[in-house]
Amino acid sequence: MAYKRQIDRLPIVPKDARESNVTCHYCIVGCGYKAYTWPTNKQGGATPGQNKFGVDLAKQQPADTAAWYAPSMYNIVRQNGEDVHIVIKPDKECVVNSGLGSVRGARMAEMSYSQARNTELQRLTDPMVWRYGQMQPTSWDDALDLVARVSVAVINDMGEDGLFVSAFDHGGAGGGYENTWGTGKLYFGAMKVKNIRIHNRPAYNSEVHATRDMGVGELNNCYEDAELADTIVAVGTNALETQTNYFLNHWVPNLRGASTGKKRAEFGSEEIQPSRIIIVDPRRTVTVNACEVEAGKDRVMHLAINSGTDLALFNAWLTYIAEKGWMDKAFMAASTKDFDKAVAANRTSLGEAAQITGLTADRIRQSAEWIAQPKAGGARRRTMFAYEKGLIWGNDNYRTNGALVNVALATGNIGRPGGGCVRMGGHQEGYSRPSDAHVGRPAAYVDQLLIEGKGGAHHIWGCDHYKTTLNALKFKQAYKKRTDLVKDAISTVPAGDRTAMVNVIMDAIKKGGLFAVDVDIVPTKIGQACHVLLPAATSGEANLTSMNGERRMRLTERYMDPPGQAMADCLIAARIANAMERVFREQGKNDIADRFKGFDWKSEEDAFMDGYHNHEKGGELVTYARLRTMGTNGFQEPAVDFKDGKIIGTKRLYTDGKFGGKDGKATFMETKWRGLQAEGKEAEKNKWPFLINNGRTNIVWQNAYLDQDNEFVMDRFPYPFIQMNPEDMKDLGVKQGDLVEVYNDNGSTQAMVYPTSTARRKQTFMLFANPNGVQGNVVSSGVNEFIIPNYKQTWGGIRKIADAPEGVRHLTFKSQEYVAG
Amino acid sequence: MRSCTKMIDTGRRKFLSGAGLAAAGVAAATVVPTPAESAPARARVDYPPYRLANVRDLKPNEPLNVTYPDRDAPGVLLKLGRRVPTGVGPEGDIVGFSTICPHKGIPLSYNKSDHTLNCPGHYSRFDCDAGGQQIWGQATQNLPQYMLRVDADGTIYAEGIDELLYGRLSNVLL
Repeated sequence: MAYKRQIDRLPIVPKDARESNVTCHYCIVGCGYKAYTWPTNKQGGATPGQNKFGVDLAKQQPADTAAWYAPSMYNIVRQNGEDVHIVIKPDKECVVNSGLGSVRGARMAEMSYSQARNTELQRLTDPMVWRYGQMQPTSWDDALDLVARVSVAVINDMGEDGLFVSAFDHGGAGGGYENTWGTGKLYFGAMKVKNIRIHNRPAYNSEVHATRDMGVGELNNCYEDAELADTIVAVGTNALETQTNYFLNHWVPNLRGASTGKKRAEFGSEEIQPSRIIIVDPRRTVTVNACEVEAGKDRVMHLAINSGTDLALFNAWLTYIAEKGWMDKAFMAASTKDFDKAVAANRTSLGEAAQITGLTADRIRQSAEWIAQPKAGGARRRTMFAYEKGLIWGNDNYRTNGALVNVALATGNIGRPGGGCVRMGGHQEGYSRPSDAHVGRPAAYVDQLLIEGKGGAHHIWGCDHYKTTLNALKFKQAYKKRTDLVKDAISTVPAGDRTAMVNVIMDAIKKGGLFAVDVDIVPTKIGQACHVLLPAATSGEANLTSMNGERRMRLTERYMDPPGQAMADCLIAARIANAMERVFREQGKNDIADRFKGFDWKSEEDAFMDGYHNHEKGGELVTYARLRTMGTNGFQEPAVDFKDGKIIGTKRLYTDGKFGGKDGKATFMETKWRGLQAEGKEAEKNKWPFLINNGRTNIVWQNAYLDQDNEFVMDRFPYPFIQMNPEDMKDLGVKQGDLVEVYNDNGSTQAMVYPTSTARRKQTFMLFANPNGVQGNVVSSGVNEFIIPNYKQTWGGIRKIADAPEGVRHLTFKSQEYVAG
Repeated sequence: MRSCTKMIDTGRRKFLSGAGLAAAGVAAATVVPTPAESAPARARVDYPPYRLANVRDLKPNEPLNVTYPDRDAPGVLLKLGRRVPTGVGPEGDIVGFSTICPHKGIPLSYNKSDHTLNCPGHYSRFDCDAGGQQIWGQATQNLPQYMLRVDADGTIYAEGIDELLYGRLSNVLL
């Protein structure tokens, strides 16, 4: 039976409730919300004068009302030491989401730490250290002293290359400008740490190196462009599930024909055709279905290519467009270079591309027409290109990214209304750090180095390799062995004898051990191996700034207290820096200690002013006070002016035709097809019967770090699903809900079978990064030339483990595709 | 006749730990003590007795439109044609649901072929065979289901709802 909350009434937000600006801290879209808080012994009333909405709540409110909130939007939390009611509901005035709440964001209140209502009690409240054979709570001073002394000892012994770091680089929860600056100033300013990686990949590198190298920043358009485009090209992005309200609030109006008026106002007499969408994805997703529902099947082209062959398709598009002369020649002449070189190098006929991708030549030709065939009167077709993890975590990342940008540049679709060639994004962005040039390119393959026994100390910030890395099973085996060496050593001396403690830890490190410090908001899987856990605050428990996928920057105001002694990451980084400075000074190394100055921040605002305000383009115009007045709409980065009390931003990049190259030009890239690029992938494909495609699903945010403690989510998917064609299920002798093992030479994992009639034979799709079944266990260590992982092209065998366990017997296994009644 | 309320899943831990102004709150208060200064008032709303239909009015897989707990709250009674865990009636196959999507309040439509209620607004889907579980969608709750009772002459009564209805902060309007 489905989980039900048995709630039939909620407290009413009173008229005088405190109102705070909130940006959803989950996905990149960054929907606007408002948090309302008020004392627990007060409540509003039904009459218009008694509630925040000024409406008569004794009446049924209509669809899409601003005067309703779901039980998931309500909680009781601490604010300045007092319990308060809280409602966090979508903000109708925010242009991003216009009042829409996703199944993730609309649970922010319920996903908050509440002792009164027993939600998210998994949160870390105190620093913990490994002693006496288990994790024990302690003070910040004690934990930081141990971290600093061991880290300094490792640096003294091995140099800064002995300190390994895993750190978020994004915005939203577990990130944001304050916290990337805090960690960045510590590891790239006070130190020059080279062995560092990002939360979802094994090195410190860009997911989109190619577009940047071409002079085209990857977040170059605005969400309104999806309303203005003649054609949307969606590559490896399942936007309905992973950028939900961007899709619902900006793509769907165009697909429905509801943005025609906006197009007319923007483009005058230019021909306006019903919009079209091309979706490149081996899998039929709910996004494809929704597009067909809205636009009609004849205006939706789902190109279900052979997994990993996107590059050949894009090269064929470029070749065909060049042959037809459908380029924007004026734009190319003014703003680009090396087109001819790229066309010559990338030349791919429709027939060749058909052979590689599994599509028909006719289909590829037709898709090129949808992209670039001029409209009536020769008007340029406005095409928006959007891509995400299907491309980013796919075969030959660098070239494939470049090949798509080639097509966008050739058709003049960057910096123009209705255009753009953009990364759709996962988290929000919020990157502000000193230069990372010392890291080098290619960056160190950190996870591999850790497996090989390199490094002495490991600082982990909001990352969980055990769930979100490739070759995960081998990583876990090596990591556990190394950290166990240190755990066992710690148990040999009393915790109070700090000198002896550091000595035994260093001895263990010399024998191949690793000292691990985990900064996070919840206990993680990798945290089980760590020796120190430091509790961090999350969005709303501290002020936090980030920007969304159209560079829209907002401030989420602190509306509740962090649990226990938890602090914002930037302040934890500052306190680590303070402690390391002290230890270096004690050792008489004042020259090194001096590098750790400048961390006297008392608040996250101090970190913001030191970092973003002082270092980022336009940052001098941006302060917390100004962001507060900009509310949930904020401004689009970079800021260019402050006028009439408002920060003036930048709607689209490159509108002047000047790109990021030294000469102001964008450069076409040679991107020749070279098959499955990562080492061992071709052999894996030939050896194993099933494609183990993988990615996210609507209801679960990221690796479920909060969802794993949410009953609504865990009731729906207690185990990661693996979507499978019913005929394949017959062949394997499995039924819906059965547990299967997924295995190959890299490792093995398990999942729950979800019958999916639209799945192609031998092509499964497994939920990524789930705590109860890690897909990364079966992903090979193969990467591209810049150490970008290839999660998507994974092949393996599948066999039954068990009949459906009790925990899944109540589940529905019906098709996830909407059907009209 | 079994009382369907015994068969409704009751929100497990949240049931035990207090869920604000919850239907189950009175029982919860005796199970887990909460600090007196922060304990919210707990009461369930009183649902009016409501006769929805008679089992004779229902045909297999033909939705019968009803309203509950008042005329502004549309819903549906369904005779699914097969016994389900939350079903009532002689065959244990009668269920009732709100037909307003708990995401944004858009009316749901019934798909006979797979016993689902579907939202044309944002594509959410709810399974009538599985207690209104959201198969896929945007709502942060499963579909509000009626607690039904069938008396000896086949009259179907609604006696409560297991989730908050969209568009009202009290299922029985204040």
